[in-house]
This record gives sequence, C-alpha cells and structure tokens, in this order.
Amino acid sequence: MIAGSISKITGPVVIARGMAGAKMYDVVRVGRWGLMGEVIRLEGESATIQVYEDTSGLIVGDLVESTEHPLTVELGPGLLSSIYDGVQRPLPVIAAQTGDYITRGTVASALDRERLWKFTPVAEVGQSISPGDVLGTTPEGQTIIHRIMVPAGKSGKIATIIPEGEYTVDTVVVKLEDGTEIGMTQRWPVREGRPYGRKLDPGTPFLTGMRILDTFFPIAQGGNAIIPGGFGTGKTVTQQSLAKWADVDIIIYVGCGERGNEMTEVLAEFPELEDPKTGAPLMDRTVLVANTSNMPVAAREASIYTGVTLAEYYRDMGYNVAMMADSTSRWGEALREISGRLEEMPGEEGYPAYLATRLAAFYERAGRVESLGSEARIGSVTMVGAVSPAGGDMSEPMTQNSLRVTGAFWALDTSLAHRRHFPAISWTKSYTLYLAGVRSWYEVEVASDWQAYRDRAMFILQKETELQEIVQLVGPDALPESEKVILEVARMLREDFLQQFAFDEVDAYCPPKKGYWILRTIMAFYDAAVGALNRGVSLRQVLELPIRDNIAGLKTTPHEEAITHMQEYVGTLAEEIAGIEVL
Amino acid sequence: MAEQTATATVEAPSLLTTEYRTLNYVTGPLIFVNNVHGVAYGEMVDINLPNGSVRTGQVLEVADDIAVIQVFEGTQGIDTDNTSVSFRGEVAMIDVSPELLGRVLNGTGKPIDSGPAIVPEKRLDITGSPINPYTRDKPADFIETGISAIDGLNTLVRGQKLPIFSGSGLPANELAAQIIRQARVKSGEEFAIVFAAMGITHREAAYFMSQFERTGALERVVFFMNLADDPTVERLLTPKVALTVAEYLAFEKDLQVLVVLSDMTNYCEALREVSTAREEVPGRRGYPGYMYTDLSTIYERAGRIKGRKGSVTQLPILSMPDDDITHPIPDLTGYITEGQIVLSRHLHRRGVFPPIDTLPCLSRLMNLGIGEGKTRDDHRAVANQLYAAYAQGRDLRRLVAIVGEEALSDTDRRFLRFADDFEKTIVGQGDEGRTIEQTLDLSWELMAGLPMSELKRVRDFIPKYHPNAKTEDVGGDL
Repeated sequence: MIAGSISKITGPVVIARGMAGAKMYDVVRVGRWGLMGEVIRLEGESATIQVYEDTSGLIVGDLVESTEHPLTVELGPGLLSSIYDGVQRPLPVIAAQTGDYITRGTVASALDRERLWKFTPVAEVGQSISPGDVLGTTPEGQTIIHRIMVPAGKSGKIATIIPEGEYTVDTVVVKLEDGTEIGMTQRWPVREGRPYGRKLDPGTPFLTGMRILDTFFPIAQGGNAIIPGGFGTGKTVTQQSLAKWADVDIIIYVGCGERGNEMTEVLAEFPELEDPKTGAPLMDRTVLVANTSNMPVAAREASIYTGVTLAEYYRDMGYNVAMMADSTSRWGEALREISGRLEEMPGEEGYPAYLATRLAAFYERAGRVESLGSEARIGSVTMVGAVSPAGGDMSEPMTQNSLRVTGAFWALDTSLAHRRHFPAISWTKSYTLYLAGVRSWYEVEVASDWQAYRDRAMFILQKETELQEIVQLVGPDALPESEKVILEVARMLREDFLQQFAFDEVDAYCPPKKGYWILRTIMAFYDAAVGALNRGVSLRQVLELPIRDNIAGLKTTPHEEAITHMQEYVGTLAEEIAGIEVL
Repeated sequence: MAEQTATATVEAPSLLTTEYRTLNYVTGPLIFVNNVHGVAYGEMVDINLPNGSVRTGQVLEVADDIAVIQVFEGTQGIDTDNTSVSFRGEVAMIDVSPELLGRVLNGTGKPIDSGPAIVPEKRLDITGSPINPYTRDKPADFIETGISAIDGLNTLVRGQKLPIFSGSGLPANELAAQIIRQARVKSGEEFAIVFAAMGITHREAAYFMSQFERTGALERVVFFMNLADDPTVERLLTPKVALTVAEYLAFEKDLQVLVVLSDMTNYCEALREVSTAREEVPGRRGYPGYMYTDLSTIYERAGRIKGRKGSVTQLPILSMPDDDITHPIPDLTGYITEGQIVLSRHLHRRGVFPPIDTLPCLSRLMNLGIGEGKTRDDHRAVANQLYAAYAQGRDLRRLVAIVGEEALSDTDRRFLRFADDFEKTIVGQGDEGRTIEQTLDLSWELMAGLPMSELKRVRDFIPKYHPNAKTEDVGGDL
C-alpha cells in the first residue's frame, strides 16, 4: 500500500509527500472524505494529484492513499441508458445516496449489481479462446445484443461455462483450464485506446438527417468532425439533433462542462423519443456522461476519455457508435486550468504546449475497425466534437489544433444564427474530407447523379456570395436578370433546403433521398427559369408561379408524400414555365 | 442541504481556533502566514490588527506550514509584527432564515440596516454543491416580464439564467428594475428578490432601493450591498452568499426567487486582482485561466429541483468593456448562461427604451416556456417571422446607405419601414408593461405592413391572427 500525506493544496491540485512507488495516472484517495484523484506529476517521492472533487476543507498532513490502478471504467451489460458523471459514477445512484446536491467522496458502482441478465452462452467447453472472442450474449434494452467478450490478455481453453440462465454482472462466466476466471464485466483504463484487429477505410456515410450535412458535408462512419461556433450559434442543438437522429446503433453523449439545464432537457427528452429505425426509446441506445460546468474541473478533463472508452467497448461488439462531445473546449480549458496550477510554461493563449498531442490522441480513437477475436466483427466509432472558440474567433488554438486531426469542419456562423437561419452551419467555410469515400454509397443508395446535383447547388450558393458583394456596392438593379435568378434560386436553396427546423416533427429528420429530391426540384426550377428568361419572359413572372410555395412546403411534408410530389413537379415544372407568355 | 453542511464544516479537533502571530509577507490583498498547522484549504480567518479592528480572510493555498490568505477588506494597516491571525475552523458560511427578506446586508452577508439581529435557522456553506443533473427539473414556466423584446422574442422561463449585456452609460439597471417590478408567473405568484450589488455606485444602489420602496417590493427583497468604495475582494463572496440565500429560500421555503447580480464585471475584476497578486499564469486579458469554472459555479446555481416548489432564476448584469461582446467576461458568461439580452448604444442614442438589440439576443430555454397553454399557439412562429423580417430590414439599411432608397423595390422599402417601426414600437415600449397577448397582437399589426407572401414563417396562423385576414381574401395571395 502506497500512502503519503498532503503537503500542499491549491484549488483542485494537491501535492502529497511520501508517495514513493506511485505511478503516473494512478488513482488515489485523498483526505478524510476519500476524494478521488489522479497522479499527474511525480517528483522524487512527492506526487502531484488532480482531485476530481471539491478540495475545500482538506488539511496539510491529511492521508493520501494510492489504489495503484489507473483510472478505469467498468464495462458490461447495463451501461446503456445510464447517466454517469465524468468518472463513471451513476448520477441517479448518487442522488439516491446524497440527495439533490452532489456531495463529496461518494462511491457508487457503475453497474447495477443486483439486476439479472438473461445470458445465452455462445462458446463451448473445450474451445480455445483469445481476446475479443464472444463467450455469450445478453439482450440489453429492446434492440441491442450485448456480447460478453474475452478481455485483453486472457486466453486458453474453456474448462467450464455457465449455462443459459439469469445472472448478475458479478457472475464468473467462464473458467479456463489454467484456472483463470472471466466475468461478465471487464475494466479498461480510460486513457488507453482499446485494442482492435485492424483499421478499415471508411465507406458508409454517417447519416445525420440534416440536409446540409448529409448533402454538402457528409462524414463517414468512423470519421470525425468538429462543430465550432460562438455562443448561441446552435452547437448544442446540432449535437442533440445528431444524437437523436444519427443512423448508428449506439450514442455516447458527453456533456463536458456544459449547462445543467441542458443536460436535464436531454434527460427528460430522450426517454420519450423513439429511435426512428427500431421504435424503441432513444434512451435504450444512449449513454450519457454529464459533467456540468460547475462540477469539478478534473472530472471534466476525464469525462471525454470515459466517453470514448465506452464507445470503443460497443465498437468491439460490432456496433456503429457515435460519440458526441459537447464541448471539447471545456475539456481544453480544464487542461489549461490544471496546467496553470502546475505552473507549467504556457503555450499559445495559456494552453499547455501538449494540447495538440492530446487532441490528436483523442480524435485518433475514432475509426472503423475489425475487432479482435477469431470471428472479427466490424464496428466503428464516429466522433463529433463541439468547439466553443473564445469570442467566436476560429483562429484560437482549440479550433486550429482540432482541425489538423479531424476530417470535417462544420463551421457555425454567428450572422446566420442572428437571422435565425438554423442550422447555422456555414456553407462557405465548412468542408469535409470524406466526400470521395462516401460518394459511391450515395450513387447506389440515393441516385446515380447525386453528386452532380450537389455540386451544382453548391456552385449556385458560392455564386450568390460573390453576387452579394456586387449588390452591396451597386444595388440589385444593376444585375442582369440571368444573375438575379441565381440570387432567387440561392434564396430558395437557403430557405427551402438548408434551413431545417429541429423542433418540427417532420423536418427534424430528413432522409437523404428526400434531400436529393428537394435539390433536384429546385435545380429543375432553375433550369426552367433560365430557359424562360432566354425567351424574354421577365423574372417577376417566373417568381409569381405558385410552384414556389409548393417547394417551400416540401420540407414539412411527410417524406414519402413529398417525394411523390417532387417526382411530379420535376416533370411538370418545365411545361408550366414554358407556358408563360412573353409580355 | 443538511448533508452538505455536515461535510463542508471542518470538524477535526486540531482545528479549534488557533491564533498565530507569524505573519510574514503581505502583497496586494494577500498575506502569508508561517508555521501554521492543521489549516484547511478554503478555511475562514479573522485578522486582528494592531489598532484593534478585525478583518476577514480566506485561505487560498496551503503549502507545508505556510498559508496564503486573501483579506476581504484590504491589507491597509496590516503589519508583520503585531497583527495576529486566527483560523475559524470552518469554511465560509452564512446564517440563513426567512427573516432575511426585507433586510439589507453587506457583501459578506452581515446586516447593515438598523434592524434586529437575525436569528439563524441554519448555517450554510456558501460555496454550495452542484445540483445533480439527474435531480434537476426542466424549466418550463413562462415568466411575463412585461417587456416585448424579452417576452415576445427571448422569453424568460423559471429556473433560467439570462444575463443583460450592457455597456457603460446604458440603462441596464433601469431595465432590471422594470423587470423586477413587472415579472409575474402565470399563476400570479410574486417573486422574492435577492439582489447582489457588486461594486456599483451609491447612486445606482439608491436607485434600486427607491424603486423597491416605490413599488412596495422591499419586504420581499434581500439586498446584499458591496458598493464601489467597499473592499474589492469582499465582492468575491457576495454572489456566493446571495445565491446560498436564494437556494435556501427557493428549495427549502418554496419561494420563486429572482436573483439580480449587478455588476458581474466588477466581480471578474476582483478575481483578476487576486490572481495577479498570486502571480498566477494569466489567461486572456490577464483574467485567470479558471475564470470559466469560477463563473460557472455562480451561474449554474439557477434552476429547479424535482419535487420542490421553488425556483432560482438569475438575471446577472454585466458591462461589456468598450461594448465588446468578445471580451472574456461577456464571452465566458454567454457560454454558461442560457442566452443573453444585449443592449445597444445605437438604439439608446436614438432614444429607444429599453434599447435591446434583438438580433444578438437569445433565450435558449424559450421553446420550453411558450406555445399553446403557456403563452399562445402562434408565439414561436411570430418570433421567427419578426426576427427574419427585422434582419432583412437591417441588411437593407446598409444597402440604402450606399445606393439610396430609390434603388429599392417596393417590397424592400416595406421591409425597411418594418425595421424602423419594429424598433420604435415593439422594442421601444418605454416604461409601460405589456401582456404577452398585447405583444403578439402588436407584432401582427406590424407584420400586416409586409406583403402577405413574405410572411412565410407565420403562414399557418394568418387566417387566425392577421388583422386583414377577415376583410380580405388572403387565400389567393398565399
């Protein structure tokens, strides 16, 4: 047992003396309340510790004990639909123990120890197993089959395996011939990526149900993206939309240093929403990690690692997992705060010099992989990190360092938010590197000319930006009709396609096919309008056509019905516009 | 909250009040005391000066046998020979009781009016503990502030924290006073008000006081006063003390509490002063790197708790230095609070009161508090339409400045006029209070000046609410 005593306390950082033998990142218990902390620096026999709980009242000389384990999470059935704090303590259990406020030194088991799980063995006695092999399954929620896997570092021949039946998570599932026991759960250190067979190229798109993302800036399953934006631009609403509608099996939602009331909204809303694919409550496929801004800063630092480890665990079972981190800037600030307390030499804007390394290590844990085990499963972790740049200025270190390691940039724009254009994702600043990878999927599943329409629409939107600059200088009347029509069509694209109302029942989720058809209809309108203008018809006449109102109503029309309408419009539009008489 | 008190009090016997004369170093608001034993981080301290006066301090750091203490009333007159320091054996606490309503206290929570001594019902740790997100209740009750730009466009709900971003010389206090005067929840319950003044002037404090007296609100106000000439560091305690009282009144005495914190900029300056004295690594503009965390422990103490009747709603006021919304104080605040009300110098100069610049304003919890049964079915749509139309009008103003109004189409001119009328009537309501129905009806009158075909976002409600809907056949125009 390694035990020392406190020699210095400054905010969440405590220095303990007499800690010879302690290892970096070992978890320690500090002081009379047994506050949880982690060793972040060693100097001779004194250890610097970041404490995950409020340190007021600690006294120099108080006992510090090392658990001699790094910070781990417990992985097993019962994770789904749980709500944890940053170090995997279930908040409902804490509430039952200590009331409405979170008090210090609370110890709570991550998984329900009493609950019985219906276990069905898959492996057999005599079979040779190695890490990643599935021993048995148990249904978790209505839709997910939880696979009990052999943890890393254990292999051999099965001597006994429990028969089908109901067991608690503490049950020993398998005994190997050499006497090793394998349980229903395993532990994994959060700061270390879980092992896998090999990484695969991403190919399937990560569908979000948001038209601007799915059409213009798609990412792949196993990819990663960041959403930076100043306050009020809709980061959280976008993240929550993704959590609700993303086309994945499991969602890990990490509220890292964000608002308590927002977490409450998620907690109240998710159990009532239905998964669009399975009809089960959304909560059944979700794990929430909530470390609000007023909860201890060191636990905030740990929370995103806790989240990603949970994500990797389900990935290893062969599921597509999405992890949302809202917001990674709060994590970066926690890092900065602790670094400041350690009196480290500051880098850019006071962030520690190792910020970029840490960010890269974190985002690299995303990916589509073939799991370990004799029958490899394919699973993925897709990461979407919100970034809250100070003053909305994207040149700051968190945004810039994240950009270097992520594959897509979904930039939120304050001026769009001010005019209530939501989602306020800028189509001029955003980009994605996954387009080439996912194109063939769209060509097969949506339409063979999908990219052509996407590119044309993008061209019109870019052209609009250029024309707006001219209009600002010389007024709209100076433009020829052929350019005015571009402005009008761009406006239709913005209002009838890009804008999407997250709170509308129909519009909250848009399947890619419907998105494609809206684009195609608007482009058909554009082609017909250009044709009419060439004949000498005035733009005003074209704009007065009732078809424009029909197009505007498409996004809130139920999907199948809307697609039927549009297939019809695309045929009749040209005729209708050709029928306009030249005045 | 009982559990919280139990754990936060320092109970070790070694902590019984001990007096030290080993003061060794004084700098700015900090003193360093040597050879101390058993001192707790965050512990409160009494400093006995040679002239007999007693000051209060708090332990900021303990390293071996040295304690670093911040002195709330300033270090003037402290010497290293005769000043003695005694440790109280407990972290910062405040005595609370329902009798606090109607009282005036100083920035650390001691009564400074001539009223009777307060008989404490409880003694609470002012740092508080984070509310478990799981036990929080979703804010959902509409608060009618009587101000159209807030009620109509950026609705406040019970349990929300909605700051007012002001600038020097802008009437944020008048706006706050008006909100305090008019704020009602639908059930008609009145708010108890906890007012924390941090570094505001005598004149401003007197203004609030006279407002409370005039409206007879005084007996439901707890007034914490740390004025501009009061010790700077003391105001680091003021919001925490005030919020502890607010939580007590809300969650133990079932009151609806509205907390006004004015001015948060002064609080942040005090934070910076202490940080600089400690020679900490500075963050943006010299503010400490932990300012986000520090501010969040204040702002996050708003909300509702499942199974309790009361609520804490926060209305912090802060001055943006040089009207810069990207300054660290408004910036970090905006990332924690659920929206913001921004005042505009431009509107103020044109005599619009309250000069609320609606475009950068936001209420994140608006959707929870509006709609049928709460306000009116068309509320969301009207707000969206007003925003879109006003933004368009504002854009056109820039264009007019270059090309002149003649170059605009008729529709554009109507948008331009809409933006002007919007500022004059909806925003610039003056001192009167408006019900939400009045606000929405007025908005419809204004929207009637725009072509019907442009009212895309309210199209479903046109037959029901459009002033011309009954007289004209609007069907064809849609």
